[in-house]
Amino acid sequence: MDFLLSLELFLQVAAQMGTHILFATLGAILCEKVGNLNLGVEGMMLMGASVGFYTAVHTGNPYLAVLAAGLMGAFGALIYAVITVNFRGNQVVTGLVLTIFGTGFAGMVGRNLSGIALDEKVISAFAAKPIPVLSEIPVIGKMLFEQSIYVQAALIVAILVYIYLNKTSFGLNTRFVGENPAAADASGINVTKYKYINILVGGFLCGVGGAFLSLVYVPRWQDNITAGAGWIAVALVIFSTWNPLRAIFGAYLFGMLRGVGFKLQNVKIGNFGFSAQILDMLPYLATIIVLVFITKRKKKENLPPESLGNPYFREER
Amino acid sequence: MKKSLFALIMAAMMALTACGGGGEATNENTETTETTETTETAGMKPEDIKVGFVYIGKINDEGYTQAHDKGRLALEEMGIECLYAEEVPENADSEKAIRDLIDQGCNVIYTNSFGFMDYTVKVAEEFPDVKFGHCSGYKTAENLSTYFGKMYEARYLSGIVAGMKTEANKIGYVAAMPIPEVIRGINAFTLGVQSVNPDATVEVIWTNTWYDPAIEKQAAIEILNKGCDVIAQHQDTTAPQIAAQEKGAFCIGYNSPTASAAPESYLTAPLFHWEKFYVDDVQRIIDGTWESRSYWEGLNAGMVSLDALTENCAEGTQEAVDAATEKIMNGELHPFAGPIYDQDGNEKVPEGTTMTDDEIWNMSWFVKGVIGSAQG
Repeated sequence: MDFLLSLELFLQVAAQMGTHILFATLGAILCEKVGNLNLGVEGMMLMGASVGFYTAVHTGNPYLAVLAAGLMGAFGALIYAVITVNFRGNQVVTGLVLTIFGTGFAGMVGRNLSGIALDEKVISAFAAKPIPVLSEIPVIGKMLFEQSIYVQAALIVAILVYIYLNKTSFGLNTRFVGENPAAADASGINVTKYKYINILVGGFLCGVGGAFLSLVYVPRWQDNITAGAGWIAVALVIFSTWNPLRAIFGAYLFGMLRGVGFKLQNVKIGNFGFSAQILDMLPYLATIIVLVFITKRKKKENLPPESLGNPYFREER
Repeated sequence: MKKSLFALIMAAMMALTACGGGGEATNENTETTETTETTETAGMKPEDIKVGFVYIGKINDEGYTQAHDKGRLALEEMGIECLYAEEVPENADSEKAIRDLIDQGCNVIYTNSFGFMDYTVKVAEEFPDVKFGHCSGYKTAENLSTYFGKMYEARYLSGIVAGMKTEANKIGYVAAMPIPEVIRGINAFTLGVQSVNPDATVEVIWTNTWYDPAIEKQAAIEILNKGCDVIAQHQDTTAPQIAAQEKGAFCIGYNSPTASAAPESYLTAPLFHWEKFYVDDVQRIIDGTWESRSYWEGLNAGMVSLDALTENCAEGTQEAVDAATEKIMNGELHPFAGPIYDQDGNEKVPEGTTMTDDEIWNMSWFVKGVIGSAQG
């Protein structure tokens, strides 16, 4: 097989492997931008994945399934929001609990779903279709234009989130709340409302991300289908320094690293082979390095939202 | 501060309820009768027997644990009460799961994963009146048997199917971990392939996970992109089969029949029939002939088999498989009979000899025709 085609196929798979992570990362970015660290990403993804699959099996409607998955993710986020925003509970603990809860919940919903194949309608709605002309572009053609509509939707959502956060007044307010809720409150921004909206939309995206696995990529119900992708997303938020456009790059890079691992398995340089374990480690190592780097350099736009992880007490102003 | 404390308590409660629903033993019957009196020679009445299963996976995983759970269902059909604990991790939790089952009155315990070995041994020592079976391990005791299937016989047969199907003469193999069990399967498969198609190669790709649908599928796509037109797998999900179908290639499953996952590309699958062992073992308890043993059976005992061939198979496959099956069953053919060469062409098993069970059990090198490293 010639090199160009193999590169194109490699990038095509990398984008698929990055799609659910990208959705989840965007969700987590929205949530963290209002100052709430949500470690429940994995749980919300699983809730979305299971309910999305359930809906697809019972209605046969692909779009309804995605909607249900998103709403389920948003429901998970609602639990989180009530506890952390209203009751000002510890965000780390609540997020972890949400992950445990979501895992159990998905297991329960999925109890009778294994072994069921999805309706042809659902499969074909999300099948990869080449866009004429554009998919012929060398190197990136297959990656971007011969994909499931789901993969392309993730890219569009990433751009929309970027525009929302950086080019609209709502986005400005959102970032304001995340940086300094007290000041935002004083200037007349409804902090609770902004927190709720962003956390819920974030949860929606996480749910949709989980459903990519159960509806498109796998597409079959397997217990614990995300297998830790939610944690990668949490790491990717830092990796992408809270920037939705860098999240695209980060998510695809993570997807690629796996593929590189497979490619290098049978490559030997002299007596030295590549250990699969070390390659598996690379993405996380990269995250740690980025974390060290941004805290050292303290470049303003790369730092986490100032009030990230702190509950906001109006009375303590 | 009060409010956040309240939230913490609520969170903790949620965590507790979530855990409670998860991996605990299923209580089908909560009475805790003392049923540990032994009648070794006289046998036991079926209603006095209560069997407890400790599973590594979920009973609906379409793979390894589901295949084991068929054994539980077969026992229940015999009128024997069964309990099970699923998704038990391979750590001290498994000891707790075994104890839980004994507490609930189980007097026969089966643990179905290698990592449960030492915990099973430990509890077996403490409860001499309870009979234990541990799958895939090597430690036995007076009240502890081991059991496993000679999967390599069925793997060899599935190799014949793949060897006759491939046109590119390139076969892919999505494999979990570089351990003897997996290596043995790859070798038997490759020998099967080469028995009908000496030009075909088997390229191995390691996922380093037993269970991760997304990674398994990516690995399968990777190897399909290299031009393989048939893939086999040693994983716990059906993701590789689905990848094969999407890429218009053909696939061989594992553990359980999964034709429905990829109807257009599924050829067959080497299957385990754990119920053969479980029924046989419990029958021995009923008859009073039970004693500790190392059960390792293959096609002959019906412990392993090849799933019914689908219409996707090449013409003449059924005949070839039938012939080989018969030869294996009457001892004429042994998958690991010499001459066998390793990847570098060195003769490992000379003509006229056969690998011993011990050698088969501890295999750590690839035979000729396999592309990839046995070190992972």
